Amino acid sequence: MTKALTLRSDAQGLAAPMPALLAAADQLASTVMLGDHGRRRAGMGDIFWQYRPAQQGDEARAIDWRRSARADSNFVADKEWQIAQSVLLWVDQSAAMQFTSDDNISTKSACARTLALATAILLTRGGERVGLTGRRLPPKRGAGQIRQMAELLCKNDNSDFGSPDTQGLLPHSRALFISDFLGGIGPTKAALFEAADRGIKGCILQILDPQEEAFPFSGRTSFHSMGGSITHETLSADGLKKRYLDKLAKRKDALQTLARQTGWQFHTHHTNAPATSALLWLYQSLEAQ
Amino acid sequence: MWTLGPLGFTVPLLLLGLIILPILWLLLRAVPPAPVKRRFPGVALLLGLQDDESQSDRTPWWLLLLRLIAVAALIIGFAGPVLNPTDSRAGTGNLLIALDGSWAGAPSWTARIKRVDALLSEAARDDRPVSVINLSNLPAGDLTFSAASTWQSRLANLQPQPWQPRAVADWVSAQTANFETQWMSDGIDWEGRTAALSAFEAKGTVTVFQSPRATFGLQPAVFEDGAITLAAIRTPIGVAISVPVTAIGLDPAGTERQLQTVTLEFEAGNATGKTALILPPELRNRITRFEITGQRSAGAVTLTDDALKRREVALIAGRGSREELNLLSPLHYLREALVPTADLIDGTLTDILLANPDVIVLADVATLAGTETDGTITWVENGGLLLRFAGPRLAASDLGRDAEDPLLPVRLRSGGRSVGGAMSWGEPKELAPFSDTSPFFGLAIPDDVTVSAQVMAQPDPTLATRVIAQLADGTPLVTLKPLGEGQVVLVHVTANAEWSTLPLSGLFVQMLERLAISTRPAAGDAQALAGTTWQPTQVLDGFGRLQDGGALAGVNGEILSTKFAGPDLHPGLYSGAEQQIAVNVVTPDATLNVAAWPARINVQGMAGMRETAFKGWLLAGALGLLILDIMTSLLIGGRLRGPRSDVAMALILMLAFTPEAHALTDEEAIAATTAVVLGHIITGDADVDAQAGAGLLGLSQTLFRRTSIEPNDPHAIDLERDELAFYPFLYWPVTADQPLPSRNAYGKLNRYLRSGGMILFDTRDADTARFGSGSPEGRKLQAIARGLDIPAIEPIPQDHVLTRAFYLLQDFPGRYASRDIWVEASPAGAELAEGMPFRNLNDGVTPVVIGGNDWARAWAVDQYGNRMFPVGRGTAGERQREFALRFGVNLIMHVLTGNYKSDQVHVPALLDRLGQ
Repeated sequence: MTKALTLRSDAQGLAAPMPALLAAADQLASTVMLGDHGRRRAGMGDIFWQYRPAQQGDEARAIDWRRSARADSNFVADKEWQIAQSVLLWVDQSAAMQFTSDDNISTKSACARTLALATAILLTRGGERVGLTGRRLPPKRGAGQIRQMAELLCKNDNSDFGSPDTQGLLPHSRALFISDFLGGIGPTKAALFEAADRGIKGCILQILDPQEEAFPFSGRTSFHSMGGSITHETLSADGLKKRYLDKLAKRKDALQTLARQTGWQFHTHHTNAPATSALLWLYQSLEAQ
Repeated sequence: MWTLGPLGFTVPLLLLGLIILPILWLLLRAVPPAPVKRRFPGVALLLGLQDDESQSDRTPWWLLLLRLIAVAALIIGFAGPVLNPTDSRAGTGNLLIALDGSWAGAPSWTARIKRVDALLSEAARDDRPVSVINLSNLPAGDLTFSAASTWQSRLANLQPQPWQPRAVADWVSAQTANFETQWMSDGIDWEGRTAALSAFEAKGTVTVFQSPRATFGLQPAVFEDGAITLAAIRTPIGVAISVPVTAIGLDPAGTERQLQTVTLEFEAGNATGKTALILPPELRNRITRFEITGQRSAGAVTLTDDALKRREVALIAGRGSREELNLLSPLHYLREALVPTADLIDGTLTDILLANPDVIVLADVATLAGTETDGTITWVENGGLLLRFAGPRLAASDLGRDAEDPLLPVRLRSGGRSVGGAMSWGEPKELAPFSDTSPFFGLAIPDDVTVSAQVMAQPDPTLATRVIAQLADGTPLVTLKPLGEGQVVLVHVTANAEWSTLPLSGLFVQMLERLAISTRPAAGDAQALAGTTWQPTQVLDGFGRLQDGGALAGVNGEILSTKFAGPDLHPGLYSGAEQQIAVNVVTPDATLNVAAWPARINVQGMAGMRETAFKGWLLAGALGLLILDIMTSLLIGGRLRGPRSDVAMALILMLAFTPEAHALTDEEAIAATTAVVLGHIITGDADVDAQAGAGLLGLSQTLFRRTSIEPNDPHAIDLERDELAFYPFLYWPVTADQPLPSRNAYGKLNRYLRSGGMILFDTRDADTARFGSGSPEGRKLQAIARGLDIPAIEPIPQDHVLTRAFYLLQDFPGRYASRDIWVEASPAGAELAEGMPFRNLNDGVTPVVIGGNDWARAWAVDQYGNRMFPVGRGTAGERQREFALRFGVNLIMHVLTGNYKSDQVHVPALLDRLGQ
């Protein structure tokens, strides 16, 4: 009994942030007006695209007799090409993402989850299938999928820094990696090359806290990572500022280069900026591919 | 008490604590500040970064020094330092406190009295009998020594005298008692001071109190070559300096005010400074005294008397002047006599009457035109003095033959007479002595004054009373008739030497003086003043203030002639029968010297003898330093962040700093002038100011997108400091509690409004109040506008150019859609333009637009370009916002293009004129 109660309260506690996350993602997604989500070319689909004169090789049943009866030649009614893509998301859930420098702005992970889920909602509305990498949630569509995804995204990881998980990525599908990418760049590189090998295209979104951009520290300081595994002590933090900013710029540059090599897209988003702009960028760059 | 120079310590043993300072230095030096722990995901990037070699893990030396100074201040503070500890040297016997008490000490009189008070307190402690005297105002008889407290209660009665001490030595020698003397010197040497010192020394020890001080004396003003020359003397003779001198007099309304200010320059190393002041006669005659501004002493004031006053005399001759015959000119002798003492006016009579002179002299003028006669009569009746001289023309004319001419004192017989010439009998006639009713009474008549021709007065009952000078045979020579408030005087001879030798003699000048036509250049000498008595009308006190002199006794002329101010001759204005004489403190030949004392005399300063305890200051200073130490420790420890830093900054600001005045820098000025920049007035309410800034940003962006106006980011404008001329348009949100602009700011605003700027006043209360209905913001707007130069306003008319400057609009909504918008009223006579739905209105931009629709919040955008505040509801609200923006566009268009759109009504006429 007790065990069941505990389990239930735990589950409730775990599920508690989820409706909020769902609501936030829904609200964010509603700010983007969906246009006509077709492929804008003839192909497989349900919606009428155009009439064209029948050519050799067209099946007789493809001919639109109603249109043809009004002319001397035969016409075929083309349908607009509608094809569902699979988009797989990976959101960094490591301890580093729990960081926020100010109570008034959300943590990096909250920002990343909301953005990811909002993207998923938008894509689902557009007819795509969405899922999570790491064989945790295979791509599907529908409200149930979003709900499940929200549940999974609410979990936290205890490791200090996360690295992209490429398991379960379908060939020629689309992918979205969201993280701060402050840990080692090696795993990210490997993951991206592997994905590129499988013909997968996508976006990497780096989420940073304003403090990580500014490094507004001075004096004798001991820095600890969020998990506590890495420490660095300095006597004068302001002396490190320039070199830290250099390294950060190099890291962004490396990610940009990596993205260019693999045909992916890269963008940096700050937690104090409105999420809408990042969502628009995500949506447009996923759509463009 | 242990003393070290002027410094004494109450607990000197505590100073041994200073020995621990070096130990403290070593101790503190070794302890570095503790590190701050921070969680920071970016630490992964920091790995491998080394600290600079130069970075030491020790406390910075300046922080150490700060702490050491704080500790040292604590130690010294508790040791009880005292500046100028009073070591009480008790004196005995009678004490005389003698003050110079002359005008030179007046500027620092309170300091002197305070010092005397301190000396009296000391004497009261020592229980000594004291006497206090003013050497400039010596008491009669023996000194009375009494308790110090009785003197303290009388101190307020001690006043500086407007002269310097004299004959002190005799007075001191006459004293019977012996006493110690404490002498408050004014710092200026005076006659007999050395003798007085010897006399005092014969009675007991002498201590002198004297502080070096700049003293100025203003010498009497002199009129030379058309300018007033002012001279001043000074001591000590030092560097070049300029002192302002003010001329004070009565204005036409009879109020005393400053008429002119002039700077008097002393050259370096020169004891005397001079300046010249050129004033129009009207102004000059009003001056009653000159003062050195800011010097409260009688020596810095010089009174003016008749010597400065000059009358305006108009000279008109019946004949045109012939240059080659200068000595025959009827005006030549008059001119010679009057030029030194009066201002002469030439011109036609009509012009001269307009200038309203004191005297008009008509030399041999027989007939005046009708209007001239009337004007002259009016002028005489208002107090003018008309002086006429006879001559061939007057003799030949029929003027005053049958009836008395209003402008002649007597009737004249035709032809006149000549005596003692080649064709006549008799000798030239001499003058009879002046009768005692004549204004000329007392003038000596020289022997050589003879009259050979004259015009004759018709015998009349009134003649006898009108004659004021006659010839030896009884024929009238000068006749006078009062007319209204003025007088008409006829001299029965010519003004040149043709008919008599009178103009050649000194008597002529004296007679003119007595007629108050010319004025005496200077006060007469002792001989002239002998036997006269002069009544002081106004006298100066030691501080240079004018007092009524009516209560003082009259002064003998002999004493007055010395012009040496003293107890028997108060400096001031003395009036006699016809003139005023000023007696000034500083005579034209006076000099000022610093009083020098022999080496044997103990000379002490006026001030600086007060005990000053430093304990409180040192402890407060130590506390301040320790607070500073906390701040800096936090700062170098990197812990001065977030709320802590706010508190710390607030503390620092409270402790030491005042916010630096922000003036428009060159960069901002350039930014404001390279493109159109909208400005909003800072109200002091941070929210309102931010909204106004955001609103103008939104409007600027809208203008940029829709029109050819491409503004830069808007500026917040501080009325007190910023230049307004750079901004074509100011948005002024009115809050209920904003402060009113200063006078200076009002000046700027009015200049701005007059030079074509526009201010949009927004009371932001159109949802709850209507215009003028007395909301708090409305009342504040009324208070603000009271000082502004705003023309008449009216509710915006349907055909105002704002309705079509860019968009066609009829409503001007903001967040609220009230229609109460007020602009400058259109001129009354505007007519409907032909074929147009609006009137012909003149040029010009309305300087103010007043409303309460809260436009700024309707326009406001945040940093990402999103609208900050909702307007209305749904689509209708968005439409209202769009109209708000259109109103903004129209407004700025109106500011920048004026009535360009109004001028479009003239297009048909212009095309017509072009022949199309």
